Amino acid sequence: MLLKFGVEMDTEAGRFGQGIGPEEKERLRRGRVLIVGVGGLGSPVALHLASAGIGTLGLIDFDTVDLSNLHRQIIYRTPDIGRPKAAVAAARLRAAYPNVSVECFQERLSPANLPDIFPQYDFIIDGTDRIVSKYLVNDGAVLCGVPFSHAGVSGFHGQTMTVVPRQSACFRCLFPVPPPEGEIPSCQEAGIIGALAGSIGLLQAVEALKSVLRIGTLLTNRMLIYDALQEHWRTVQLSRDRQCPLCGEQPSIRRIASIESVNEDCG
Amino acid sequence: MSVRVRVPTPLRRFTAGAEEVGVSGETIGHVVEDLDRKFPGMKERVCDEQGRVRRFVNIYVNGDDIRFLSSLETPVKDGDEVAIVPAIAGG
Repeated sequence: MLLKFGVEMDTEAGRFGQGIGPEEKERLRRGRVLIVGVGGLGSPVALHLASAGIGTLGLIDFDTVDLSNLHRQIIYRTPDIGRPKAAVAAARLRAAYPNVSVECFQERLSPANLPDIFPQYDFIIDGTDRIVSKYLVNDGAVLCGVPFSHAGVSGFHGQTMTVVPRQSACFRCLFPVPPPEGEIPSCQEAGIIGALAGSIGLLQAVEALKSVLRIGTLLTNRMLIYDALQEHWRTVQLSRDRQCPLCGEQPSIRRIASIESVNEDCG
Repeated sequence: MSVRVRVPTPLRRFTAGAEEVGVSGETIGHVVEDLDRKFPGMKERVCDEQGRVRRFVNIYVNGDDIRFLSSLETPVKDGDEVAIVPAIAGG
């Protein structure tokens, strides 16, 4: 009895939901967040949403852990090299935060599995590392009506925006079509500073928490741009594009399809 | 007109690492031309073969997207801040 009480104290009062009221705690406990890509962005998001006490965390990643991931994908350790990312991350989160329900999808997000997965969640984190994947997450989230956080990082540069489908600007309202092959440097070409990915990932985690708790103001209709070398943060105003091919008045994209463009994987 | 252009990290290899450069012009189109004169190669990164702004690059004047103004014809005035914002892939 004492032990049980101790566990409850630890998990309910002590560990989770510090600084929020009982209603918010219940929203947090019922909250379901999906992380697409458990990499440089997804790792810190997963750790912080789990440690905050989110009810359910979905992880989707088809990749295995590589030595070149470890400097920024901080949920993995050296002995994990070669093992599937989603399974390793899920095991680590379950061990550290047993009250969090972790759902693991050891597969690549595709137009085939997306319509089954996205609608199960309240909020989605785009932690992918390829531009075509970012378009797929955007298209899927908008068509499924699930709010999400977009982010991209390269070198010492990071940027993020939150999208509430059909209420705020989506990624295609900004950038209607994906760039051609090789136009945007891949992670391996440009490199990513781990702490930079962490900084942007934590902003995404906060957006997910605010959305689930229904507090504050989301980073909608704005893109936050972080120039870490100059320590300069800027926000550019965005607005929905009436001609957006996805959420505009006469959309040309009406179903989730594979994205036509190629960019290198970040391994 | 003299304006300041904020150069995104991926394009700083054209500006010897400078994050902000000063250029002149009456419109955004002129600004891009002057950028390319001073930092050859910039225009090709920002505009396509037809001279239009690439669809995965946005240009803002004092925080406003030129697509919703007059695109490359958007006028600029002394002291304006022009920002080039590309889509970023990594994660």
